[in-house]
Amino acid sequence: MAPASASPLASDLRAAYLRQSTAFCPGCGHGIFMNAFLRAAAALPLDFDRTVFVSGIGCGAWVPSPHFLADTLHVTHGRAVAFAAGVQRARPDLNVVVISGDGDLANIGGNHLIHAARRQIPIKVFCLNNWLFGMTGGQVSATTPRTARTATTPAGNPDPPFDLVRLVLGAGAPFAARWPVSQPRQLARGILHALQEPGFAFVEVLSICPTHFGRANEALLPGEAAQSIPWRMLEWLRRNCVGRERAAGLPPEERAGKILTGEWRGEEGWP
Amino acid sequence: MPKPHRVTIVESLCKGQACALCAQVCPASVFRPADHPTPQGIMPMQAAYPEKCTACHQCDQLCPDLAIDVIAEGAEPAPLPARGGPFPRPNPMGGWVERPALLPAGSYFMSGNEACAEGALAAGCRFYAGYPITPSSEIMVHMAHRLPALGGTFTQMEDELGSIAAVIGASWGGVKAMTATSGPGISLMLENIGYAIMTETPCVIVDVQRAGPSTGQASRPAQGDIMQARWGAHGGVDLIALAPWSVQEMYELAIRAFNLSERFRVPVFLLADEIVSHLYETITIPPAVRTFERVRLPQDMPFDTPEIDGVPPMPAFGEGAYLLVTGSTHDGRGYRRTTDAAVQDKLVRRLSAKIRHHQDEIDDWEAYMLEDAERVLVACGSTARSALWAVQAARRQGQPIGLLRLRSLWPFPDTVVAAHCRGRGEIIVPEMNLGQLAGEVRRAAGAPVTSLTQVDGEPIDPRRILAYLQEGRW
Ligand SMILES: Cc1ncc(C[n+]2csc(CCOP(=O)(O)OP(=O)(O)O)c2C)c(N)n1
Repeated sequence: MAPASASPLASDLRAAYLRQSTAFCPGCGHGIFMNAFLRAAAALPLDFDRTVFVSGIGCGAWVPSPHFLADTLHVTHGRAVAFAAGVQRARPDLNVVVISGDGDLANIGGNHLIHAARRQIPIKVFCLNNWLFGMTGGQVSATTPRTARTATTPAGNPDPPFDLVRLVLGAGAPFAARWPVSQPRQLARGILHALQEPGFAFVEVLSICPTHFGRANEALLPGEAAQSIPWRMLEWLRRNCVGRERAAGLPPEERAGKILTGEWRGEEGWP
Repeated sequence: MPKPHRVTIVESLCKGQACALCAQVCPASVFRPADHPTPQGIMPMQAAYPEKCTACHQCDQLCPDLAIDVIAEGAEPAPLPARGGPFPRPNPMGGWVERPALLPAGSYFMSGNEACAEGALAAGCRFYAGYPITPSSEIMVHMAHRLPALGGTFTQMEDELGSIAAVIGASWGGVKAMTATSGPGISLMLENIGYAIMTETPCVIVDVQRAGPSTGQASRPAQGDIMQARWGAHGGVDLIALAPWSVQEMYELAIRAFNLSERFRVPVFLLADEIVSHLYETITIPPAVRTFERVRLPQDMPFDTPEIDGVPPMPAFGEGAYLLVTGSTHDGRGYRRTTDAAVQDKLVRRLSAKIRHHQDEIDDWEAYMLEDAERVLVACGSTARSALWAVQAARRQGQPIGLLRLRSLWPFPDTVVAAHCRGRGEIIVPEMNLGQLAGEVRRAAGAPVTSLTQVDGEPIDPRRILAYLQEGRW
């Protein structure tokens, strides 16, 4: 029996949804997200003709603008969620989707994020967390793991990171999820779920920045030198992420230090 | 022997061995690097052994560049949903229209802030986002009560950065939008006001000026934001600012602010002050209002025109224009051109020229007793009320003196000031700051300028101006 086709062709996705080839570094996790997002959008389907994509400044913000063949609003650093709130409130007939980086949404834009979550503004927010500021050369962000090396923490990051899922749930978000780009099929499914949510939905996408995070922290990555840095970073994600349901059954010592992935509902309380 | 699956890589999209995720995820060793570089100098990956492919689809779903197609033998790729409309295209031609005013024609007793809100509504404003601050808050409260019944949207945001952001977002949604604040809020809004200039987004920003700097005196008047309005956003490109002196003008100039904003696709400041905003006066609401409706005409170039000083049409979201709105330097279609000197130069010059070259449509002033005046007072906002009183009193004493009241401040009405000031004996500029207006007047007047400044948070007492006119004392 011939295998069922899981998904559309990449060439069809490009023709239908993209204006141009990707502008990212080799092996960029944001590109993996873009691939998964388009598959989720095609499957839902998300009507690109009635969707406004809002993004701030950073590599993650480039996913929709200039790539997506749709209405895009590429705004100032940190303000994507506030612009999106304005679009949504003025035009509730349109879908409003924010795609931006961790620095953009959680450092400089953190206030807008928590208030949109509290007010449950019906926008979908995808935070591409590559663990640092990619575009400006790999500086520490609000999600950089403790001890990780960045351009501005040469001796290792002294500060603990945000848990973005807890942050938005604590602020009142009805739906939050976290998925790594290392499992693109699961990621596409997670994106689809978020896009189906009627209200505010937040997805932390665990992405990779081979150029800055990968190079600065190569010593911490699993695998061997013959493998590409993007691949070793994906391997690092695979080893360190564990589904929240599976994690619940793990002994504490195996659970320690793992990143929980999955979906959370606001009414459950904190994860 | 079953037919093999088909695996193809578009070489021009592939980023090669530095990525090579396909080769590493493939359980069947289908991929290897090609032996020839692409024109970009990258060694692309190649599906060298497609016969080994099991159509597990891990490679095409992981590829960050969407460069890989896997067509499983005997399976049809999932079709994609159709695109391309039909799209709603409301009022594409835009332009000047006359519509009935919202309030029944007649006399009303109201505050400047209320009149401002009513003027905005009459102009067609249907979106307000803001953050409370004295002395502007009554505008926001009035909007909160009025907008829902008019089918509009009111939203109180988390701060002023968010307020102006929401306003710009709403404007691209095709809705006339505004915010109101005071100096501290303007300081926070400036980055996005620059964004509105760069993206040519119509919106109205009311600045009810209070005594600064910083938190200063919240309920005391000032005119300290004149330069901030013009030069606050980095890059220094023109915008428009109007200065009302009465409750009637809070209504009328709010309408005009929207009209200019839509006409020129530029943020427009209504530079009020605490006195005109909290003053109660009787105003006349005429039966009709003339408004400028945005030209939405969908076309290729929402961000450029063939003319060097043109205003491009502005389609809204959801109309099939697939807008690329960005605050980065962009070409006419919105594509970022962040290292192209010619594009940057052309854009910045047009953003300025579309205002400067149409200054005759923007300049707005009133002249009082200027014909035979040897000395001319130049003033704006509530200070002009004091100035007029002083001029009238001095005239009664036989002094040949007049007043030029500026109702538009930016672009600065150089020609108007020169026409009324050149060759006069003295130009006197009273204002509630350290000489911001006087500096501009000095540049344009062609006559000696005296700057009368007051920064104590009190309105300028007309008797103080009169004393200067009589005795030269300030
Ligand atoms: C107000 C302001 N401050 C700083 C910058 C410089 N800047 C551009 S992108 C960026 C960080 C982006 O990081 P992130 O959102 O994590 O995106 P990434 O590039 O990592 O995907 C910064 C600080 C800016 N554009 N605007």
